[in-house]
Amino acid sequence: MREASLDRLKAFLTLLPSIVLVGVFVYGFIGNTVWISLTDWGGSGSLAVDPQKNYVGLANYAELFTGFLAGGFRQDLVNAVFYSVMLLAGAIGLGMFIAILLDRKPKGEDVLRTIFLYPMSLSFIVSGTIWRWLLAPQGGVNILPTYVGLDPLTFEWTSSTKAVLEFNWQNLFQIMLYVAAFILILVGLWAFRNDPRKALKRWLGPGIVIGAFAWLGGSILPQALFMEETHGFNLATLGIIMATVWQYAGYTMALYLAGFNGISQDLRDAAMLDGASEVAYYRHVAIPMLKPITISAVIILSHISLKMFDIIFAMTGPDNAQTGHPALNMYLTTFRANDFARGAAIAIVLFLVAAMFIVPYLVSQYRQRKRG
Amino acid sequence: MHARRITPGSIFVYGTLAVLAILFLMPAYMALVTALKFPADITLPTAWELPAKFNWSSFSDAIDLLKPNFVNSMILTISATALSTVLGSLNGYVFSKWKFRGSEVLFTLFLFGMFIPYQVILIPLFQTLRAMNLYGGLPGLILAHVVYGLPITSLIFRNFYAQIPTALIESGRLDGAGFFSIYTRIVFPLSVPGFVVTSLWQFTQVWNEFLWGICLTRHADNPITVGLAQLAGGQAVSWNLPMAGSIMAAIPVLAIYIFLGRYFIRGLLAGSVKE
Repeated sequence: MREASLDRLKAFLTLLPSIVLVGVFVYGFIGNTVWISLTDWGGSGSLAVDPQKNYVGLANYAELFTGFLAGGFRQDLVNAVFYSVMLLAGAIGLGMFIAILLDRKPKGEDVLRTIFLYPMSLSFIVSGTIWRWLLAPQGGVNILPTYVGLDPLTFEWTSSTKAVLEFNWQNLFQIMLYVAAFILILVGLWAFRNDPRKALKRWLGPGIVIGAFAWLGGSILPQALFMEETHGFNLATLGIIMATVWQYAGYTMALYLAGFNGISQDLRDAAMLDGASEVAYYRHVAIPMLKPITISAVIILSHISLKMFDIIFAMTGPDNAQTGHPALNMYLTTFRANDFARGAAIAIVLFLVAAMFIVPYLVSQYRQRKRG
Repeated sequence: MHARRITPGSIFVYGTLAVLAILFLMPAYMALVTALKFPADITLPTAWELPAKFNWSSFSDAIDLLKPNFVNSMILTISATALSTVLGSLNGYVFSKWKFRGSEVLFTLFLFGMFIPYQVILIPLFQTLRAMNLYGGLPGLILAHVVYGLPITSLIFRNFYAQIPTALIESGRLDGAGFFSIYTRIVFPLSVPGFVVTSLWQFTQVWNEFLWGICLTRHADNPITVGLAQLAGGQAVSWNLPMAGSIMAAIPVLAIYIFLGRYFIRGLLAGSVKE
């Protein structure tokens, strides 16, 4: 008995260095960054060994969201939303499609799987460098149609200055309500067939109420900014999104393929005997069964889209306003402009967005482990 | 098994897969043909065409330019991978076989470190490395990679060791083996696949990393990703060099992936799917 407790102590002491390192480098550092974001650390003398820092409250955050000069940061945030949504839709859609094709076990499946997954092993800097050349305005991808007798494309993949879906940042709160209403109604319509009453109560009802409120009462909502400021989906981000989808579609393919292989052949045969078509099998049996995999893919891909620092750096340079991202803005603000406090505030905004996805995910995994 | 017949369905499957495979290989093809051209032969309208004359010197030039970065990355990657894998193995052993009150919570807190955007720890990391006199060189970068690699390496080993039957550990204890001798005599000899998966995963992660490389090292200690970004970043670049450099930076990880892909995929799945 005494020896067993000695072993327990040894186990804990083995873990202790890692606990201390993770405690300091993850949690301590996050706390430190929160503190820095509440100070005025920056400007000349900011690189001194013990720089001067004065507490300024939430002034850095107020400046980022409402300041006259921080319009670039706000566009970066809008870009980040579009990067995330497009990467999720593109990589999950394409990856799932390829996985379904490969699940039919075509000849050469091994080789094909290798081809679809190799981009994932590359550094974002390598793929970004190659894609920058592929997307050169008068070459690469744009001249591909000429090889089948069509006119070349003229789209400027990474340098276009056009934007679509433009909106006035002043109406931000109204737009967010519209988006929330739209998502609730969409989920409601999806769930309606299974359980109409629950769908109506949980999703459709609240969605319609919020949408109606945003439509009728939009004018009583406060304005998010004191001046008109237009933001939108910058088309120059399309080239970067395309390269990222190319790189990560194979990742979701591998996840789904592992999932499909885990579904027993018996279940599949049973579905087919019941007269289910191939489409119906995936739509009603396989993909619903792989919901945990879809959730993992969403978590990991949204995490990656928040870190798209490297590929944007390689494709358009760090200070291209059209394709900016808060992660790059943080780097430029901190290490080029030496405005450490503002950089810390941007980092905390990024962190909070990431935590919104990750904390619920980790908590539910923890609960599952406890049960299992 | 279905009999293999030519049906409209199978034509669709093979046709779509072939088109997709070509699209996925295009960037690799473009990198290779551009790297093999002479700067004067690289023009936008002929970008897709094979080189008339092969210019192998692109590779020797790229090697000359990036060799210091390549060496830095090798030192960095091998040290960081070895250290974080060994620590991850010990942590995984404790997390799976020596659970104590609160160890599951602690494990979840570890995992959180894997998902944070690294910008959020960048400024304190920069300050801490400066205070420790480690800023600018490889040891500081190795430290960062070891610490932030702990969550994923602990996770992979924990899931791996969960498959070792507890009865095996118990019988070791009945034979009088303690915490460390159970590890060295029973667990470690069974760990070889775990070490392969984890170290391949860490190798690719550390090799491909860029943000810390550019923020925490001075010019002489830049890893290969930073060297490549600088080589390709200029405005009037002749594209054969960045392409040859890209291939050079890709080769170590691509080799791992092509020859040991099975293990690479297991690492990739371990980070997302529960066993």
